[in-house]
Amino acid sequence: MTKTMTDVVCPFCGTLCDDLEVVVSDDGKQLKEVYNACVIGTEKFLHSQTKDRITRPRLKQPDGSWKEVSYDEAVEYTAQMLANAKKPLMYGWSSTNCEAQSVGHEIAEMAGACVDNTAAVCHGPTVIALQDIGLPSCTLGEIKNRADRILFWGCNPAHAHPRHMSRYSIYPRGFFTGKGQKSRKMIVVDPRVTDTAKLADVHLQVEQGRDYELLNAFRVALNNEWLPDVVAGIPAAKIREAADLCKNGRFGIIFFGMGVTQTLSKNHNIDEAIALTKHLNEFTKFSIMPMRGHYNVTGSGEVLGWQFGFPYSVDLTRGFARYNPGDTSSIDLLARGEVDAMFTIASDPGAHFPISCVKHIAKIPSVCIDPHQTPTSGVSKLHVPVAFVGVEVGGNAYRMDNVPIDMRKVVDPPAGMLTDEEFLTKVRDRLKQLKGKA
Amino acid sequence: METVTITMKNPPALYLEADNICPDKFAGKTALQIADLHVFEGNTTSTIGKYFDVSGNAGASAADTKIVVKGDVKKVKYIGMKMSAGEIGVEGSTDLYAGAWMTGGKLTVKGNVEAFAATGMKGGELVIEGNAGNYLGAAYRGDWRGMSGGKILVKGNAGSDVGMYMLGGEITINGNVDVHVMTHAEGGKVIIKGNAKSKLGGQLVDGTIIVYGTIDVMMPGYKPIGTVELEVDGAKSKFAHFIGDTGERKKKRKGQIVYGNLYKKV
Ligand code: SF4
Repeated sequence: MTKTMTDVVCPFCGTLCDDLEVVVSDDGKQLKEVYNACVIGTEKFLHSQTKDRITRPRLKQPDGSWKEVSYDEAVEYTAQMLANAKKPLMYGWSSTNCEAQSVGHEIAEMAGACVDNTAAVCHGPTVIALQDIGLPSCTLGEIKNRADRILFWGCNPAHAHPRHMSRYSIYPRGFFTGKGQKSRKMIVVDPRVTDTAKLADVHLQVEQGRDYELLNAFRVALNNEWLPDVVAGIPAAKIREAADLCKNGRFGIIFFGMGVTQTLSKNHNIDEAIALTKHLNEFTKFSIMPMRGHYNVTGSGEVLGWQFGFPYSVDLTRGFARYNPGDTSSIDLLARGEVDAMFTIASDPGAHFPISCVKHIAKIPSVCIDPHQTPTSGVSKLHVPVAFVGVEVGGNAYRMDNVPIDMRKVVDPPAGMLTDEEFLTKVRDRLKQLKGKA
Repeated sequence: METVTITMKNPPALYLEADNICPDKFAGKTALQIADLHVFEGNTTSTIGKYFDVSGNAGASAADTKIVVKGDVKKVKYIGMKMSAGEIGVEGSTDLYAGAWMTGGKLTVKGNVEAFAATGMKGGELVIEGNAGNYLGAAYRGDWRGMSGGKILVKGNAGSDVGMYMLGGEITINGNVDVHVMTHAEGGKVIIKGNAKSKLGGQLVDGTIIVYGTIDVMMPGYKPIGTVELEVDGAKSKFAHFIGDTGERKKKRKGQIVYGNLYKKV
C-alpha cells in the first residue's frame, strides 16, 4: 500500500511551489511518485531515492582516494579546521533550511569567519542596489490577482522557474485578472529569442551589455526628453511605445534575473531598474522582484540580515560584522587568496566559481556538506553527505517574494544519516570546547 | 617634519588590515611605540612590529609626521585611512582602501592601488603614480556620500565606478577609465585625459565630467547642446557639451533646473 501526501513544498527553485502531491510507501521509507511539480522539481525528489547514494562522510586520502569516516570524525575535522584558520570562508546556505543557517552563523561568529551565500554569484548585485535605493516590491499573490503588465528582464522562467508563469505571473485567473493571460501584456527584454521571449507581446532584443542604457532610455521616455534614434540596438520609437504600454497598465511588475545582475553594469542595472519602477509609480502602480534561483537563497539573506545586519558577504573576522562586496565577497576572497579554509554547505561553488577560485579551494583545508556528489565535494578534503532538506527533513524556507513557507518531510533519510542542522550543531558544540567557551 | 620609515620584513600569509599606518595614529609616538600598534591578519590581532621594521620617531602632531612605507605592501589594506594631516609615501603598490575617508594631508603611492581608494574622501591630496582600481573616490557600500572634497590624481588608468555618489572635489585621470563614471553623483568633477568606455554620468543629478579621448557609448540621457571652449589646467580647448541625466530626478537652483555637464573634446 501507499499513501499520498498533499501540500508538499518543492525544494528546488525560488518559486517554492507548495501544491505538490507525493506518493510514499506505507512505512514512509520510499518515495514513489511526485505530482504537480515541474520536471526539475520532480527530479529533485526522485534523486533522493537513488541506490548509489553516499550515506557516510568521506575523507580524501593522500593518494586521492576516499576513505569512509564516522560523522564524529567528520565533526572533529570540521571543528579543528575552523578553529585553526585565520580567515575561514563559510559559503553556500541556499539549499538548506533557515534553522541550519542559524546554527551555521553561530559557528561563523565563534570561528571569526566570513559568511556568504550564493547571492555572490546571482542576485548579490540586486542586494547592493536595493541597499542603495530601496525596493518597491510585492508578493506573488498580488501579481496573480492584480498585475496586467509583466516584464521579464534578463530572465527565462520557461526554463529556470518552470511553474512561475502558470502559478503566478501570466496564466492564472486572479481576482482582477479574470481573463488570465488575456488580461495581461507581457514584455520580455532579452538579447536572445528564449522560450519566454516567444510568448511575449513585445520582445525587446537588447544589445548585450546595454541593459543600463535601455533602462535609462525608458526613464528618459517617461520624462518626454530627447532620445538618440537607437538605444541598445532598439529604435527610440519602440522604447517610447513600450514605456507607454507600462504607463497605461493598472499594476505592473518587473521580474529580473541573472541576465541583468551578472552582465556588464551588474548592480547598476538593478539600481536603474528600481529607479524605473519608482518612476513608473508616478503614473500607475509598479513593483519589481528578483527571480531568486535556489529555493532558500532568500531565506539565507533574511537570516543573515536579522542576525548580522547584512544579507550576504558578511565578514566576522574582527568580531563584528562588516560588509563590502569586492572585499568581503567569496569570489574576491578566493581569487585574491585571502582565506585559509573553505567550508561549503548546500551549494556548488566548484561548478559555478571561476577556475582560479576553485584552484584555491583545492589548495586549502576544505569541507563540503552536501547530499549530492558535486564538483565541490570532488575538490574538498572532506565530504559530509546529509539528509535532503524539504524531502527527508522539513524546516523553513523563504520564497522569492520573501514569504516564509514551512517545508514538509515526506520520507525518512537512509538509516543513520544526519541532517544539516544536526551536523552543524555537533560542530558548533565541538568548536565551543576548542575555543574554551563551553 | 619628522620621518618614520616602516619596511616590510615579514609579509603576511593572508592580508593585513593596517589602518594604524596613518600620521594621526603615529603622532607623538616613538619607533618602539609605533611598532606596538595593532594590525589584523584575518581573525588574529598582532602588531606593526611583527611585520615591519620601524625606524624614526613621529612628530608631535599628525601635521609634523611623514611616513615612508618601503617593501612589498601589496597585501596591506587601509594605508592612510582617515588621515587628517601630514604625509605618507608608499614606495610600491598597495591594496584596498588607500586613503579612505581621508580629510587632509598628502598620500602618494608610487605603484598601483586596488579598489576603494579614497572612499568617502573629504579633503587632502591623493596621488597615484600607477593605476587605480575600481570605486576610486566612491561612497562606501550603502552610503550615499562619496568623495566630497580634496584632490586625486591618477597618472595611469582607473577602474570602474570612479566617483560613484561623488559630492565634491576633483579627480584627474591621465590614462583611461573603465565603465561607470560619477554614477549617482550630486557634485564634483572628474577629468579623464585618456579614453572612456561607457555609462558615464548614469543617474547623475549634478556634477561635471570632462573627457579628452573617446567615449565608446554615450548614455541616452545626455542631450547634445552645442560646443563650448573650456580652460582646463591652464589650456583652452573646444568641447562638445551634453547635459543630463535627463532620465534622473532633477534638483532646482534659483528656480532653474540643474543638469550635470559632460564635455567631450572635439
Ligand atoms: S517551479 Fe520551481 S518550485 Fe515549482 S515545482 Fe518547479 S522547480 Fe519546484
